[in-house]
Amino acid sequence: MPELVTRVTVEELPSTTGDPITVLRFSGDITSASQPAVMGTYEGLPDSTKRILLDFSKVEYLNSSGIALVIQMMIAASKRGQTIRTFGLSPHFQKVFTMVGITKYTSLHPDEPSACAAFD
Amino acid sequence: MNTAASVARLMGFSDERVDDLKTAVAEACINAMEHGNKLDDSLSVGVILSMDANSLEVKVTDNGEGPQSKTDAPNIDKKMQGEEDARGMGMFLIQALVDEAEWVSSPPSGSYARMVIHLGHPNV
Repeated sequence: MPELVTRVTVEELPSTTGDPITVLRFSGDITSASQPAVMGTYEGLPDSTKRILLDFSKVEYLNSSGIALVIQMMIAASKRGQTIRTFGLSPHFQKVFTMVGITKYTSLHPDEPSACAAFD
Repeated sequence: MNTAASVARLMGFSDERVDDLKTAVAEACINAMEHGNKLDDSLSVGVILSMDANSLEVKVTDNGEGPQSKTDAPNIDKKMQGEEDARGMGMFLIQALVDEAEWVSSPPSGSYARMVIHLGHPNV
């Protein structure tokens, strides 16, 4: 099965209750090869970004190296005072994220509206 | 990975267990390529499926000397503080997701990871 390219699109959602929400929408596979797409996109966000939403609903495959990239992003976000919320993970990967402890530093939500509401 | 998943489905494993197995086999293959064969393209990674009425066993073979990493649960606080590598979760996930997991060094031919899931297990 050929590995799919990681694609990340950035979208900013206005919020009536605070800072806008920057959504990183991932698609394809997230593996060790995804470092430039994942971290490159994150590092390109303006310093004013405070709320980040990760959308995994179009991700085909994720492995432990991909999860490590999410952790790297959380480390960087923590240093910049940013909050990260997550949605769109399959039940299996919600379980895997919980197993490795990521849920201590980001919350997992079933859909975009509930994830956005969690910033308030 | 997909062949193992198809066999597991045909045997009657639930979607959740099939997903567990797919992730475990994928992690074992990555470990075999990166740590076992040290990313040498001339070396092969083998995947051997065996089954009986109630169990599916997957062996992932490589040319290395056996596992170098560990199966301890990752410490997310240490990772966040930079005291532990953000990576290094593969063997932990394998052990957590299947019913049996072991890593066997069998020189001179190489090493293998052995994973088993059982029908009738509480997670089925």
